[in-house]
Amino acid sequence: MQLSTRVLVLGSTVGLGAAFAAPALAADPGTMDVTINIPRLKVAEYHKPYVAIWVEKAGAKAKTVAVWYDHDMKANEGTKWLRDVRQWWRVSGRSLTFPANGITGATRAPGAHKVAFSRAQLGAAAPGQYVLVVEAAREVGGRELLRIPFSWPAKAGAGGRAAGKTELGAVSVSFR
Amino acid sequence: MNKRFWGFAAGAALTALMAAPASAHRQWMMPSSTVVSGDDVWVTVDAAVSNDLFYFEHQPLRLDAMKAWAPDGTEAAIENKSTGRYRSTFDVHLTQKGTWRIASVADMLMGSYDLNGKTERLPRGTTAANLAERVPAGATNVKTAEANNRNEIFVTVGEPTTTLFKPTGKGIELVPVTHPNDLIAGEAATFQFLFDGKPTAGLPVTVIHGGIRYRDQLGQMDLTTGADGKVEVTWAEPGMYWLNVTTPQVESEEGEGAPPPLARRASYVTTLEVLAP
Repeated sequence: MQLSTRVLVLGSTVGLGAAFAAPALAADPGTMDVTINIPRLKVAEYHKPYVAIWVEKAGAKAKTVAVWYDHDMKANEGTKWLRDVRQWWRVSGRSLTFPANGITGATRAPGAHKVAFSRAQLGAAAPGQYVLVVEAAREVGGRELLRIPFSWPAKAGAGGRAAGKTELGAVSVSFR
Repeated sequence: MNKRFWGFAAGAALTALMAAPASAHRQWMMPSSTVVSGDDVWVTVDAAVSNDLFYFEHQPLRLDAMKAWAPDGTEAAIENKSTGRYRSTFDVHLTQKGTWRIASVADMLMGSYDLNGKTERLPRGTTAANLAERVPAGATNVKTAEANNRNEIFVTVGEPTTTLFKPTGKGIELVPVTHPNDLIAGEAATFQFLFDGKPTAGLPVTVIHGGIRYRDQLGQMDLTTGADGKVEVTWAEPGMYWLNVTTPQVESEEGEGAPPPLARRASYVTTLEVLAP
């Protein structure tokens, strides 16, 4: 009885709570922000790229966190080209059912796109080394893949970055 | 020392049986895709017998024995069949997820008989079923040997499956150690080959990268199945590869005149797509 009262008091004490929460947040952020630049290309026929974002960890199955494709075509026709995002298709895509819940999104236009993933979404519950992989494949165009290693627990603030040359621009991650 | 490789001649005879007027050329199938995504997908296949891979420049592959099987083992239709001057073409509607097999298999009898003091060859197209009617009355000393020719390809929708790799026990067959629809340049792949259902060492395996027309050197890999009938192939580049396995060739001296001993023969052909990493 006495114990539970103490807990209640602690929890309701704003100053104390903040004191506890602040260092915890700094040491162990819960969210990864990813900024993906899709370059504007001067080509005769342009289609927005299919993009897959996934997380790899040695010894674990790759975990897809997002796939941007033509998900709203009739009869699911947009899935026909998913295999062109070929490394992703091999490590994860081919075992998924489409539209895949929680990870499916529309293709994005050229520009900077910010997406956020929780630690749970990233499948990064266990502390260790991970790699965020971003692969883009464009209809009648090329394909490019970028890898950004990260570890969890992560430090708040800027994480890794990588720069594409053809189908992807700069891709960067930060943690909060 | 003029050596003649009778295995090649036998291969030519086999091919001839398969695709009527062809001689010692390479037979192959070329699918539009081997790694497929989507809900309502088809594969289109070109099939030909040619020198260069993979160009249709000589004879079409006949489609009489062409069949397709869905991942659950049911036979599927060969649709939109057409045989032109240089190639045949057909479609298969891939209505199930998993690995499909498309194959043309021929089981034949080769051999000879004596009639009126002369030795005659069994005609083309002789099989165990029609042997009795192919051998004329009064023939004696009938000798036969079985010959099996398997030409097959695999196409996978979604995740690769291995449900279709149960061996029939006849001829040369492939057992995946590495799945034939999961091949990446720079990675080594291992396949096991069975001859009449048994893993067999010493089978010659030839692997040739397509695109021969635009390079000077064939660059073929000459491999041999090792213990357990296994062979490892490392793909230097992505692309389509022709893989041929035969029973060992019987060598005989030119000029001796004697035909090679009648032996059980088999050949296996597949086309493998190796993707870029």
